[in-house]
Amino acid sequence: MSLKMEELKSAVEQVLGEKLVSAKIALDELTIVCKSADTLSVMTSLRDNAALSFEQCIDICGMDYSAYKDEPQDGPRFAVVYHLLSLTHNTRIRVRIFAEDDSFPVVPSVNDIWSAANWFEREAFDLFGIVFEGHPDLRRLLTDYGFVGHPFRKDFPVSGHVEMRYDAAQQRVIYQPVTIEPREITPRIVREENYGG
Amino acid sequence: MAEIRNYTLNFGPQHPAAHGVLRLVLELDGEVVQRADPHIGLLHRGTEKLAESKTFIQSLPYMDRLDYVSMMCNEHAYCLAIEKLMGIEVPERAQYIRVMFAEITRVLNHLLWIGAHSIDIGAMTMFLYAFREREDLMDCYEAVSGARLHAAYFRPGGVYRDLPDSMPQYKASKIRNAKEIARLNATRAGTMLDFIEDFTQRFPACIDDYETLLTDNRIWKQRTVNIGIVTPERAKNLGMTGPMLRGSGIAWDLRKTQPYDVYDRMDFDVPVGVTGDCYDRYLVRVEEMRQSNRIIAQCVQWLKANPGPVITDNHKVAPPSREGMKSNMEELIHHFKLFTEGMHVPEGEAYAAVEHPKGEFGIYLVSDGANKPYRLKIRAPGYAHLASLDEMSRGHMIADVVAIIGTQDIVFGEIDR
Repeated sequence: MSLKMEELKSAVEQVLGEKLVSAKIALDELTIVCKSADTLSVMTSLRDNAALSFEQCIDICGMDYSAYKDEPQDGPRFAVVYHLLSLTHNTRIRVRIFAEDDSFPVVPSVNDIWSAANWFEREAFDLFGIVFEGHPDLRRLLTDYGFVGHPFRKDFPVSGHVEMRYDAAQQRVIYQPVTIEPREITPRIVREENYGG
Repeated sequence: MAEIRNYTLNFGPQHPAAHGVLRLVLELDGEVVQRADPHIGLLHRGTEKLAESKTFIQSLPYMDRLDYVSMMCNEHAYCLAIEKLMGIEVPERAQYIRVMFAEITRVLNHLLWIGAHSIDIGAMTMFLYAFREREDLMDCYEAVSGARLHAAYFRPGGVYRDLPDSMPQYKASKIRNAKEIARLNATRAGTMLDFIEDFTQRFPACIDDYETLLTDNRIWKQRTVNIGIVTPERAKNLGMTGPMLRGSGIAWDLRKTQPYDVYDRMDFDVPVGVTGDCYDRYLVRVEEMRQSNRIIAQCVQWLKANPGPVITDNHKVAPPSREGMKSNMEELIHHFKLFTEGMHVPEGEAYAAVEHPKGEFGIYLVSDGANKPYRLKIRAPGYAHLASLDEMSRGHMIADVVAIIGTQDIVFGEIDR
């Protein structure tokens, strides 16, 4: 299997050439990083090149790296991770594209290459606030109508900002600031290497 | 001449054919659908965000609640992702148990699907027949994990415990006499594996019964043949997986192409459709039940002959036995650390996918070395399928939308997450 991955890696290197920022094989999975300006040409060649032919876009998800290892980060904060699958060659690839601007992350939409991307991109926009340029219908998908904020960002609390209840006096459902305190039962711990043997 | 206008119809979120909480805004020209805009998220619980604040083992029961009709398959993908990151070896017996229960889950899912799909488009009785067999498999779930639905039985490194030696028995009650109780308990005298073996022997005849009711049924064919046709090219482009992809004639099954656990030792066939309509997908799923039954029977044979451990002995991942914990200091410490702090997964990222009854269910897990996931992304098959509802239902009658929702096997637990 890993021999197959090496072959795939060299094929990707050959096809993408200078557009490839980095390629790494870990746990028998190939991860490549590309620039957001090259997204469309990279994705098109990944799909259409006969040696690669990734016909299926299995998954697209947003990533927020701002709290990685609980340390301040040097690189860009947001990234979009694509998981592609080739039915012809029975291979998978992971493509990571960083959004350059942290305050207004923009990545080109791949909706014209894979129709499956439509909802995945809407989800990433909804949950992370990543804007997909060229998307035909970039609306919120999973959160409530009129929701404010992007809940999967690391600075968004798990308990949220507003809660909803029925108000008997006004005889309608109202929104109000949350009344519960966020609590952490099991603390998050990053141990040093080889802790405890 | 009267002016003809398109009008908009709101379908759901509380509609029996919406399979949960689907709100569908349909734009209609007469009775013909021009555009279907699904509004989802009414069941969004933020599983992925919640998992970031829970240890790896604490998030496991959330997986059951994703696709709540195929619980163990969700757990399977989650466990595989953790095992891949940590590099854990799973004992062979545990792998067979997992495969057996993954297939039992597939049968459970398809039975619910065939019942719900047929009741949606006018075949009432199917539901009752499907649930009769479902009940027996639910009993297996209960016997092995204590829960009928949300099992939390698969664990990173194996399964929670070995298969039980006895099946629960029916007890006499006001509504059942002794003779009836004896009939119900007849197959429950032996071990759980005996019960499952008996099930695999009688189940093919049950599937024949379902097929007698539906396959050549004129109404069934009128409602499903040539409805919601997806060409192979579009199926690939729309990200369809599982029976939706196979219904369009593409022989792609992760159990064959990228086998996990012991699927590579199982003998089974992958059914494919020809035209890619609702009827073909129905035939594919029915045949899948037969193939799952074959796999279950093979697993039962192996499990009967090969006892052994069912969870890894790496106590950084799996808890030690109660006995060991109470007699051995080191195991007590392991137990304490595991249940207070949880396991630490090495830094890295992994994507593990299983052939879920609905399609490819994937877990993308990113760990930064902590005792909690840094990011967990759940790739739900139904999500991509529902996204294609607009394209599939365009130009069909409004009654066909219900058939298309049914054929996509929509469950909101996994779509909204």
